[in-house]
Amino acid sequence: MSSMTKGMQSISFQEQPYLISSGSVVGKKEGEGPLGARFDMIDDTDQFGEKTWEAAESTMQKEACLMAIGKAGLKPQDIRYIYGGDLLRQGIATSMGVEALQIPMFGLFGACSTSGEALALSAMSVAAGYGDRILAVTSSHFGSAEKEFRFPLGYANQRPLSAQWTVTGSGAFLVGNQKSNIRISGVTIGKIVDYGLKDSQNMGACMAPAACDTVIQNFEDFGRNGEEYDHIITGDLGYVGTDILLDLVKKKGKDISAQHLDCGKLIYDQDSQDTHAGGSGCGCAATTLSAYVLPKIAAGEWKRILFVPTGALMSTVSYNEGESVPGIAHAVVLEHC
Amino acid sequence: MGQTLEEKQKKEKAYQQYVKEKTPQHNVFVNMVKAFIIGGIICVIGQMILNYCKGIGLDQTQSGSWTSLILVLLSVLLTGFNLYPGIAKWGGAGALVPITGFANSVASPAIEYKKEGQVFGIGCKIFTIAGPVILYGIFTSWLLGLVYFILMKVGVQI
Repeated sequence: MSSMTKGMQSISFQEQPYLISSGSVVGKKEGEGPLGARFDMIDDTDQFGEKTWEAAESTMQKEACLMAIGKAGLKPQDIRYIYGGDLLRQGIATSMGVEALQIPMFGLFGACSTSGEALALSAMSVAAGYGDRILAVTSSHFGSAEKEFRFPLGYANQRPLSAQWTVTGSGAFLVGNQKSNIRISGVTIGKIVDYGLKDSQNMGACMAPAACDTVIQNFEDFGRNGEEYDHIITGDLGYVGTDILLDLVKKKGKDISAQHLDCGKLIYDQDSQDTHAGGSGCGCAATTLSAYVLPKIAAGEWKRILFVPTGALMSTVSYNEGESVPGIAHAVVLEHC
Repeated sequence: MGQTLEEKQKKEKAYQQYVKEKTPQHNVFVNMVKAFIIGGIICVIGQMILNYCKGIGLDQTQSGSWTSLILVLLSVLLTGFNLYPGIAKWGGAGALVPITGFANSVASPAIEYKKEGQVFGIGCKIFTIAGPVILYGIFTSWLLGLVYFILMKVGVQI
């Protein structure tokens, strides 16, 4: 087998793995948003029949996994491995969520970039012959994330306009060599990019430099321009981060303003849903990809997409200790076939 | 890579400045007007309770205590019914600064952390937000007491 590495940070798959199926599960606010009708499952209580936010998040993951597996007409025992992660400490939402499936699993932490990390690793594993069918899953929950990173939900907290709203949702993706209309043709794995920003309430600005770095690297590695993608879709830069990304990319001599979309801007209605700078969280990119982007690729409406989920790798401890919020972004090239 | 610490810091500073320009800010004047209205309403309610207590023959100290107690109770109830965050969202500091805001900051962790148990949940975490206010409030009063004591010793009349 000849090398599949491409440029400095990318892989171009010889046998391109298929994205076989996906599942999306969301809460009330997401269900009321512009993409509401497209999600596979909506729970208007945000609790998914559980008593705690953490358990609710785990249940979302389980449901999303079962949805993706079921759509492919398979059973959990047909899946070789899971790559999964979430925002909570020790990745507990994933551990509890996928336990019932009894599929061998790798736990990941990439903050909100986890969907990209999991998809990249799944595609790499399939391309390398380590498994025929591999599941990538991630989630976030507004309740558990607020509790972990900010304040109790009932607290009269004042959110700045740059703050983003953590999406309650989980997305699962089945990658393998079973034919579908979507292939993962390549990936670009991002570096930690840290411009020293210390504002955890402006995560779009913390992540935008990482998104820029990965997008530019993808262009260089594959010898492409923005025009060669129907869309370049970032995970959760939101309104502030998007403006910054477009500026940063321009400074590098490229222009992606015509192709760029952001899941954080797509998932909520900016005029009526009062999220301030848009959506965020692992679930933001994952559910938007599953419910909105993939169907368009499958239908052939979009031929080639660069999906770039972005993560703000924040720890509440290091943040209190005065450290900055480092960013990361991974790019996955999705193509209609 | 290839850049000195000084260059990195300069780059970071330029980015911070740029982000500051790019980030929208709340309108301070509008926020102040809203805070004045909500804070004012809370104070008027407090005054009404105080007047009522005095009207039924309680003295100033007792009336004051009842006023605080009732305001705290109202705030805790509104927090429990998830109405207080909405009031504070609109009223900002007007809802945070009065005693009702303090009550909210104690009641909301109690509700959120109840699931983690009576001791490690409510017990350990009920003051996660109010704790610093209590600690530094007491510390400041101790400091002022010390100043008062020294001034008294050197014979300054206060």
